[in-house]
Amino acid sequence: MDVFSDPLNRDVYITGFLWILKLTLAGGVGALVLGVVLAAMRVSPIPVLRGFGTAWVNIFRNTPLTLIIFFCYFGLFSTLGLSLADDIDLNNFWLGVIGVSVYTAAFVCEAIRSGINTVPPGQAEAARAIGMTFLQTLTIVILPQAGRAVIAPLGSILIALCKNTTIVGTIGLMESSSAMKQLINENGDNVIPIFLVFAGTFALVLIPTGYAFGWLANRLAVKR
Amino acid sequence: MSTDAVLYDHPGPKAKARNLVLTIVFGIALLGLLYWIYSRFDAKGQWDGVLWKPFTYGTTWNDYIIPGLLNTLKAAAVAMVLSLAFGIIFAVGRLSDHWWVRLPAGAVVEFFRAVPLLLMMFFIFFGVPFITEQPMSIFWAVVIGLTLYNGSVLAEAFRAGVHSVPRGQSEAAYAIGMRKSQVMGQILIPQAARAMLPVIVSQLVVLVKDTALGYIISYSELIQLGVNNLSANYGNVLQAAIVAAIIYIIVNTLLTSFAGWLSRRTRRRGRAPREAGTAAEQATIGPSMGGGGVS
Amino acid sequence: MRITRLAATLGALTMALAVAACGGDDEGTGSGSGASGIEGKASSGKLVIGVKADQPGLGLQTGSTYAGFDIEIGKIIAKGLGVPESGIEWKTTVSSNREPYIQQGQVDVVVATYTINDERKKVVNFAGPYYKAGQDLLVPTASTITGPEALAGRRVCSVSGSTPAKRIQTDYKDAKLQQFDSYSKCVTALAGGQVDAVTTDDIILAGYAAQDQYAGKFKVVGKPFSEEPYGIGLKKDDTAGCNKINDILKAAATDGSYKKAWDDTLGKSGTAAPELDTAALSNCS
Repeated sequence: MDVFSDPLNRDVYITGFLWILKLTLAGGVGALVLGVVLAAMRVSPIPVLRGFGTAWVNIFRNTPLTLIIFFCYFGLFSTLGLSLADDIDLNNFWLGVIGVSVYTAAFVCEAIRSGINTVPPGQAEAARAIGMTFLQTLTIVILPQAGRAVIAPLGSILIALCKNTTIVGTIGLMESSSAMKQLINENGDNVIPIFLVFAGTFALVLIPTGYAFGWLANRLAVKR
Repeated sequence: MSTDAVLYDHPGPKAKARNLVLTIVFGIALLGLLYWIYSRFDAKGQWDGVLWKPFTYGTTWNDYIIPGLLNTLKAAAVAMVLSLAFGIIFAVGRLSDHWWVRLPAGAVVEFFRAVPLLLMMFFIFFGVPFITEQPMSIFWAVVIGLTLYNGSVLAEAFRAGVHSVPRGQSEAAYAIGMRKSQVMGQILIPQAARAMLPVIVSQLVVLVKDTALGYIISYSELIQLGVNNLSANYGNVLQAAIVAAIIYIIVNTLLTSFAGWLSRRTRRRGRAPREAGTAAEQATIGPSMGGGGVS
Repeated sequence: MRITRLAATLGALTMALAVAACGGDDEGTGSGSGASGIEGKASSGKLVIGVKADQPGLGLQTGSTYAGFDIEIGKIIAKGLGVPESGIEWKTTVSSNREPYIQQGQVDVVVATYTINDERKKVVNFAGPYYKAGQDLLVPTASTITGPEALAGRRVCSVSGSTPAKRIQTDYKDAKLQQFDSYSKCVTALAGGQVDAVTTDDIILAGYAAQDQYAGKFKVVGKPFSEEPYGIGLKKDDTAGCNKINDILKAAATDGSYKKAWDDTLGKSGTAAPELDTAALSNCS
């Protein structure tokens, strides 16, 4: 543990996890919003929207996140000229948020779509019978019920997202995996304590998060 | 809800007209976006022949992309077999009647599910040799990392699958005098595996994608050979990455459709516990998504 | 029938695990016999050389083989140790895994733009230096950047965790550092204008500048601001092997094979071969 008594090394560790935290929060919000919109598209009456949603899911779910993050830098920023901040780290951060969001949204979309499938058809039929439109049926009747059914899967997705944010390190953000690599490079004789601290931090935060989502899912489950 | 169409009425003339307008508006917006992307790529010279021409050379495919893809598939295939074994063993462990089996198995599964794969691979490759004082080959660093993570996720999937098998099944098995191991091995696991097929397959897709992390510890897989090394020769890193992404999408789509075929086949024979199957799918969509492609 | 199927599955699993276990052992053990050193290994007619695979002019995988100055140096060493060219196994290394590769015996020697420094000397032994590089800047031809002092407020790219990146962070704090996992990506970002300069050893930069698709677009500033003596890494305790490699290099300097190695690779861009300072070949510990 000597490694972490050096304030410089502690800074590296703290900065790394701060980036992970920010990426997880921003990416989580982005993925949730985008995922709900995509799910709505996939069940909508308009074929072109359904096709778009399906294509999105099939493309982004089947591409490694490493490549998606890469395209955010060399496609969005480099070629399409989308600059999100003047500061290099901040720009890479937002590019990373976009990459993580579009990737995770594909999984959120699929989770919500199967959540919609758990709502009994009678609910939608009743909604239509009282004259609700598609959007009303979806947002007022179906999604609130589906939402409760997908809390557990969404929790798992959030946890995966948090771990996935380590990949943003490939475009130069000093998040925790890059931080760990740097510390290992500089303290080759302390590999094991370094790993245990980094892995332990993830485990300490994410395992309880998983249980919390499981508890929440049980509490809010729609009893049928 | 079996069909999505239950969400909206059959369109009348007014709705049809509105849908058409929306289709056209969205279609035009989408085409506009694609054209803008195309023209920006064009302006930056990304469609230049020089950058794409290498993909017409045999050597590009024979020496970079195909060996890279084969290494990716090799690591993925070995890790798949080992993850399934790991998953079954630890699922059975977590379902054990003995606390001294159940608790350690649970701890292992929870730990490896929570640690990013990238960290895991770094550690296996750079750290484990310090403990064992044996060299660690990159291939096995990648495979072991993939196995520990995906195996843990699969263990959770199997466990949920076993829970989804109707109680009557195991009760009947015990009634005819089967032992605990027989009930697990011959009654519960086979049914759980069929019920969990969709989850298992999406986790295997995650596993294929995760092999891409191997390049960070210099395993010569598709990204290392087909993107990094190839573009060091031709300076076409963006183009090479596009080609690699397409290959990944094709491989994973094939894997998914193979699974779809397999699942239809078992279902047609009427051997899958249908009700339990869909229920389990709902119950545990978590792990599969959670896999989400880690790390 | 049920039972046979289960047995078959178990059998397959056991086999897979067995293969796993064996595989784990045999990769790299051939080169793991540290006691006998590099000369002992070479007497078996085989040598595993760790090289870079993505650095034009130095160590680049071209097609099914490798090419570059480091590769030629590797061949000279193999020849001097009595290993035929067919007995050489090239192994791709990246900057961060060179020490572990040597320590773990995954490679016998490393010839991969490997700077000799005190920190690394603690864990590996260095023969050489066979070339003296220096950190420099690669900029667009029209750029006004004349040296590292001019980097204030500019974006400069290097490989994450590398020595050049660290030097920018500590000595030129005003520069904005972008890090990637390979120089190819840095050079692509330079071509796209996202960064103003790429920094690493001059010899690596020259290799990129000389590539066909970048011809005339970039220039190396030419004011190296560090000294990077390139060494040949091998196991820490292999002093005899280290001295032997130095002898091979000395011989190569006199019989012209060192000059030929340069002329066949980096020299193609017109730069004259450097003199190999044979008096400095004394790094072995």
